[in-house]
Amino acid sequence: MKELICILCPNGCALSVADDQSELAVTGQKCKRGQEFAIAETTNPTRTLCTTVKTSFPEMPVLPVRSATAIPKERIFDVMTEINQILVTEALSSGTPVITNVLGLSIDIITTASLENTH
Amino acid sequence: MKQTDVIVIGGGPAGLAAALAAHRGGAQTLLIEREPRLGGILKQCIHDGFGLVRFSEQLTGPEYAERDIISFKQAGIEALTTTFVTRIKKTATGFILTAVNETGVLTITAKALVLATGCRERTARQVFIHGTRPAGIFTAGTAQHYINLLGQMPTKKCVILGSGDIGLIMARRLTLEGATVLGVYEAKPTPSGLTRNLYQCLHDFDIPLYLSQTVTRVYGEERLTAVEVCAVDENMQPIAGTGQKIDCDALILSVGLIPENELAVSLGVELDPKTKGPLCNEALMTSVDGVFSCGNALHVNDLVDYVSESGERAGTAAANFSCKQRAEIALTADANFAYLVPQRLDLNDIDTKTIIYFRSQRILENCDVVVTVNKQEVLRKHYSHLRPPEMERLEVDFATLNLTSDSTLSFKMEVR
Ligand code: SF4
Repeated sequence: MKELICILCPNGCALSVADDQSELAVTGQKCKRGQEFAIAETTNPTRTLCTTVKTSFPEMPVLPVRSATAIPKERIFDVMTEINQILVTEALSSGTPVITNVLGLSIDIITTASLENTH
Repeated sequence: MKQTDVIVIGGGPAGLAAALAAHRGGAQTLLIEREPRLGGILKQCIHDGFGLVRFSEQLTGPEYAERDIISFKQAGIEALTTTFVTRIKKTATGFILTAVNETGVLTITAKALVLATGCRERTARQVFIHGTRPAGIFTAGTAQHYINLLGQMPTKKCVILGSGDIGLIMARRLTLEGATVLGVYEAKPTPSGLTRNLYQCLHDFDIPLYLSQTVTRVYGEERLTAVEVCAVDENMQPIAGTGQKIDCDALILSVGLIPENELAVSLGVELDPKTKGPLCNEALMTSVDGVFSCGNALHVNDLVDYVSESGERAGTAAANFSCKQRAEIALTADANFAYLVPQRLDLNDIDTKTIIYFRSQRILENCDVVVTVNKQEVLRKHYSHLRPPEMERLEVDFATLNLTSDSTLSFKMEVR
């Protein structure tokens, strides 16, 4: 039996996953997304990574970014190392990739704000 | 002198929603923001989880803000940024507002005002800690500002006091950027933040949460070098002999938010001691005619979606505002409610849908919220649990209840 919290919405349902005869039985979810979350969390936990990248613009020295989709949880610090090497020198708008296919994970790191919005 | 119908003060999510709603309601609208960029606190809330209710998506703070900023700009609403409101005077026909920015002093008149001034963090002054006053004590929001807007790390090894959501989010953020978060200390026996944040911010990174423990002393001359933590009893008083010294270079406070209402108070707006925001009616009009309140200035929300919702409501009402007699009755709530918003209902202006926001005072399992009019039950809603960190939203149709100025409108919580 594994206890976890569904993080997909603010309800934060407390879920239990029981490992019966090679099938995962999930209880505690208020909606079916909790079931999917619990199974993913037990087999391959992933998280959306949100952080910043450095820019060359003094009025906005860092720009927020996130992984376009959730990345494997155990790769978070590896991806952070990659992101921290980036320097943005152009006035990117939000949704622009700053790294494509980070560490071969088939996931892009995209901006979540626009540098052109400064003024 | 500049003239407009509605002035919205504050360019965060509440103000943006209010300005858009006022504009759509046909009012000439002006938004005033003290910072250079619109978006308010969302600019620095780079984590995701925003917008699930409003957009059915998990957005980051800047992405959520950008959606509103785009709509705002497309609507062609005027915004004055880097502009500070210094004074507001009520006149017979509206308001005269004085503001300053780089062009000088501006005087603007308006028929209605929306105060969307957000909230501020409780600081070290509001928490009782012994010792020196070294550098290295700051609020979670300040740490967030340093890291997410300025790109500067304010600590290498820290202790967080208080388990509010921003503190939890910052525990994760600091860890991601290479700092060590030694623990989150919460004086109360239960955490203040959302369960999902305890899980994804602390549990994910093996950051310990210590309940019923607080920081009692700080050490260090110029820079903080250590803190003393101590267990507390049920009255939150430190228990002698439980003190423990922890070496660190910063103490980060996440001990709560307070609605920011300096301008409201200067206008004579009456505040609710429970929410610390204005007493409002269902249109979110305060005790002063023509002054509306929304977002975190009204009460501290946990979801931005409801900040926007209240902004929209206040903006719409401000656009429709005309001075008329009010016939307000109070919405009373029993002691199980931490608060209830709105606190009043204007019988001259009653709508078929009144949105009520509330929080419970303590954790309640399997209970009903019951609404009575003159002790007669008119509505009952079941909740599997109510927790103080989770704001609840309830829609009630008061229009069909034949309320009069003598009606007693009460809310209570009943555990089944
Ligand atoms: S199970 Fe459904 S309702 Fe519960 S937290 Fe997950 S997404 Fe939300």
